[in-house]
Amino acid sequence: MPVPSKSTVVSTTTLDNRHVVPALSRWKFRRESLVGWLFVMPALLMYTVFVLVPFLLTILYSFFRWNGVGPMTWVGLKNYVTIFQVPNLIGTIIHAFWLVVWFSFIPVSLGLIVASVIHRVATGRFGAIARTVLFLPQVIPLVAAGIIWGWLLALPGLINQILKAVGFGAVTRAWLGDFNWALPAVGLVGIWVLLGFCIVLLQTGMAKIDPALYESARIDGASWFKEFIAITVPLLRYEIGVCVTVTVIAALAAFDIVWVSTAGGPGSATSVPGIQIYILAFTQRSVGLASALAVMLMILVLVVIIPIQWLSRERAL
Amino acid sequence: MLKATFETGFPVPQQLADEFTKQYPNVTWDISSDQFANLITTTPLLLASDNPPDLLRLPTMVSFAKDGLLMDLDNYAKAFGWDQWPVPQLNQNRMSPDGIRGSGTLYAMGLNYSLTGVFYNKKLATQIGMTEPPKTVAEFDALLAAAKAAGLQPIMEWGSAKSGMGLAFPLQQLMAAYGPVGPINDWIFNKPGATIDTPSNLLAAQHLEQWIKAGYFPPDINAIEYADAASRFTAGEGVFTFNGDWQNGPYDTGMPGNVGFFLMPPAEAGGAPAAMSAPLTFGIAAKAKHADCAAFFFNWVATNDTARQINVTGFGSNPGGPANSKMPSVAAGSVTNETLAAGPVVGAAGNSMDFIANATSSIFAQGWTPELQKMVGGQQDAAGLLKAVQAEYLRELGQ
Repeated sequence: MPVPSKSTVVSTTTLDNRHVVPALSRWKFRRESLVGWLFVMPALLMYTVFVLVPFLLTILYSFFRWNGVGPMTWVGLKNYVTIFQVPNLIGTIIHAFWLVVWFSFIPVSLGLIVASVIHRVATGRFGAIARTVLFLPQVIPLVAAGIIWGWLLALPGLINQILKAVGFGAVTRAWLGDFNWALPAVGLVGIWVLLGFCIVLLQTGMAKIDPALYESARIDGASWFKEFIAITVPLLRYEIGVCVTVTVIAALAAFDIVWVSTAGGPGSATSVPGIQIYILAFTQRSVGLASALAVMLMILVLVVIIPIQWLSRERAL
Repeated sequence: MLKATFETGFPVPQQLADEFTKQYPNVTWDISSDQFANLITTTPLLLASDNPPDLLRLPTMVSFAKDGLLMDLDNYAKAFGWDQWPVPQLNQNRMSPDGIRGSGTLYAMGLNYSLTGVFYNKKLATQIGMTEPPKTVAEFDALLAAAKAAGLQPIMEWGSAKSGMGLAFPLQQLMAAYGPVGPINDWIFNKPGATIDTPSNLLAAQHLEQWIKAGYFPPDINAIEYADAASRFTAGEGVFTFNGDWQNGPYDTGMPGNVGFFLMPPAEAGGAPAAMSAPLTFGIAAKAKHADCAAFFFNWVATNDTARQINVTGFGSNPGGPANSKMPSVAAGSVTNETLAAGPVVGAAGNSMDFIANATSSIFAQGWTPELQKMVGGQQDAAGLLKAVQAEYLRELGQ
């Protein structure tokens, strides 16, 4: 690679010769930025093809009436009006916000506690095993997990058998088929999926905290809980912000976890905007309508996420 | 070389393709397979591509035909004499220029024709005193009550949103018991002004509601998947189950000699039984390179003895074909004997219907499934069910 090495030589020799810097540094700057662009290019290309283009196309499609194949008809903002006729649209949005509790608040809070316990008491092999086990749901294909959870939560399933064995036979039910319990049951699957992610992220953050802080706190006689509140949580603000952001998006834009566990049923008890988008686009083949709902969902997610981002960044600085 | 797209999980089309090549070695195949749910998404793209499959499993027909993606098969129908076959075979695959199914241009063919009805566990049926299939809805009611009183599960059925609500089967059978099938088919074929909210359908929906309230269906039906219902029925949970002859093979394997079939009886004694019957729909892409060969394959499947045998052995469904065709032999004791015998009964009465789940592309996902699930949960009544589904139907047709 002769070219970069030559440029390196040029740059080192010019370091001390201040009077030649302006012309050469501009040249050097251009060279380096070109090299930089080359490094970024593969990722940028992927990002453009798989993120930016679909993103812009979704916005574009939302102004058309289109079945995915036939001719596209410009309908202006009509899709954004029609979308409100989708059965129980407001209900699906309320369900999405309910899922924030299950997919975000519980995994992040529980994750903080579990990560802190693992960090404090289980640094050896046990810690590694615990982390692996808790992270495993991220690795198991969700479709398989959905089938397994379906069996576990079924009326003849393991969870009901355990409940019966310990004398709670009266509360057994088909959890995913019960109008009142289906959403919490989906939430349980969500906790199972997302907890490991939160733990790994938060524990990585904890590893970066200076142990001297804990030592001095312990010398002052602080309890585990005091350490947790006064040191761990404040210093993990940024990581907590990331966890909350990712999990809130997972809740509001939920599709996969709900699809594999209930597909929105029973009735529309667990239907969320993501499910409606899928049905509109791929079952009803109203790509324009589906895109309009997707754009609205994106705006909703941004409205919720931006304040969270702002809060976690602001204080971290 | 024929390029084909089949549905994953159903080996019979592949077996037919292999046999076809055995008989006509100059034809080879390039076959890809996908799940039904994925076919819904990928088929339009396949059809629109420059190198579309010659022969493909069609998850739905109307929208593809409207977009000009499917080959008009009328000339083949004339050339091969398909238009002389018994009428119900082809008309579900016909479409008029304004997109109404039931008559008009032929856009697809069935590799075979399914039939629905009531399967029963013979041992349990004897236990509740059933000596012959019920002749009226009232007789069926009495059997269900007897099953409940005996502490048995009267009907096993699936009902999760993932599988789609199985109660659409008994509901439609009851509709056809209480009223004529014509208006039901009109609704499914999207005839202008058609409605599902009719007085006789209301009676049917109310009857289903009574069955639900009487506890004839499993209490966890809203969470039962199709495959789980089939295996629970096979394992002896459920005296009856509403299903179709595509399930014959698994039933025969799981409960050999112990499974029977009867058509849903009419409301009045002496009335004609009705059933849902739909072709296993395959089409030819408008831009297919070997359309003639694909059309010849359709004709061969329905008329060649070996092909018909493969169809009946593998699927358990009627292979269709000309009125005077010889029916392939079936193993003694197989429930396929009973479903094949029932086919002509429905055909003679002219009482075959398409499925109410197929009226529009998402009426099942957005209409029948959630509303019937609500009925199970006590959140919807018979009148409300029909009104809600009709509103959803109009909403989808209006978009």
